[in-house]
Amino acid sequence: MAGTQKLTRTTLRSGLGRVRGLGSAKEGVQHWWAQRVTAIALVPLTLWFVASVILLAGADHATVSAWIARPLNTVLLIALVAATFWHAALGLQVVIEDYIHTEGTKLVVLLAVKALLALVGLAGIVAVLRVAL
Amino acid sequence: MDAREALMTGTTSDGKLVRRPLSPHLQVYKLPLTAITSISHRITGVALAIGTGLLVSWLMAAAAGPIAFAEAQAFMGSFLGRLMLFGWTLALFYHFCNGIRHLAWDAGYGYDMETATRTGWLTIGGAVGLTLFAWILGYALLG
Repeated sequence: MAGTQKLTRTTLRSGLGRVRGLGSAKEGVQHWWAQRVTAIALVPLTLWFVASVILLAGADHATVSAWIARPLNTVLLIALVAATFWHAALGLQVVIEDYIHTEGTKLVVLLAVKALLALVGLAGIVAVLRVAL
Repeated sequence: MDAREALMTGTTSDGKLVRRPLSPHLQVYKLPLTAITSISHRITGVALAIGTGLLVSWLMAAAAGPIAFAEAQAFMGSFLGRLMLFGWTLALFYHFCNGIRHLAWDAGYGYDMETATRTGWLTIGGAVGLTLFAWILGYALLG
C-alpha cells in the first residue's frame, strides 16, 4: 500500500518503536496479566481462608480477634482482601465494557464501581489492622 | 425461503455469494456445556464481587467490638444468613474450579471439545463436592 510506504520513508523509527504505546487502551497485556496474577494468588489464599472460617465457625469475638491478630493471619487476610478486590475490579471492568456501549455511561459506571470496590477493600484492610494492632 | 435467509447472505472478497454463519439465537439455541460454564463464570464472578461485602462486614464487625460481632454472627447463623453463605460458598468454589480451568487454557491445555466438555463437568462436580465437603465439615466441627 502506498500509505505504508510513505510512512516508512518519512520516519527513522523502527516498526517496533512505532507500535509501542499503541493498542486499544495503550496498556498491552497488563490488564490480562494482572487478572491472572491475582487469580493465581487467590488459589492458596481462598483455600486457606475457607478452611480458617470453617475452623472458626461459631467462635466468639475474643477467639476470632485473637486469630486475626496473629501476624501470619493478619498478613494473609490483608493479602486476601487486596487480591480479591483487585481481581474483582479487573473482572467487573470487563463485564461493564462488554455490556455498556455508551461511552459516557460506561466511564461513569466504571469509575463508580472502581471507587466503591477501592473503598470497601480499604475498609476491610483497616478493619483487619484495627483488630491486629 | 425464509426471510432470515437474506440476513445470512454475504459476498466473499472475490464477489461470490455465500451463506454467512448466524450467531445463535439464545431463546431457541441449546447452549453447549462449555457455553453454560462460561457464562456461569461471569455470573458467579459478579455475585462474588457483591458477596465480598459479606467478608468485609464480618471483618468490620470484628473490629467494631464484641456486641457488633455477636450481631454479625447471629445473622450469619440465621436461616437467611446460612442460605447466603451457602450460595456464596457454591459460587466461590465454582469460580475457583472454573478459574483453574481457565488458567490451564491460558497455559495452552485442554482446548479440544471433548476435553473442554469433560473439564466442564469436572468443574461442576468439583464445585458441588467442595461446597458439600466444606459445609459437612463445618457442621461436624460445630457439633
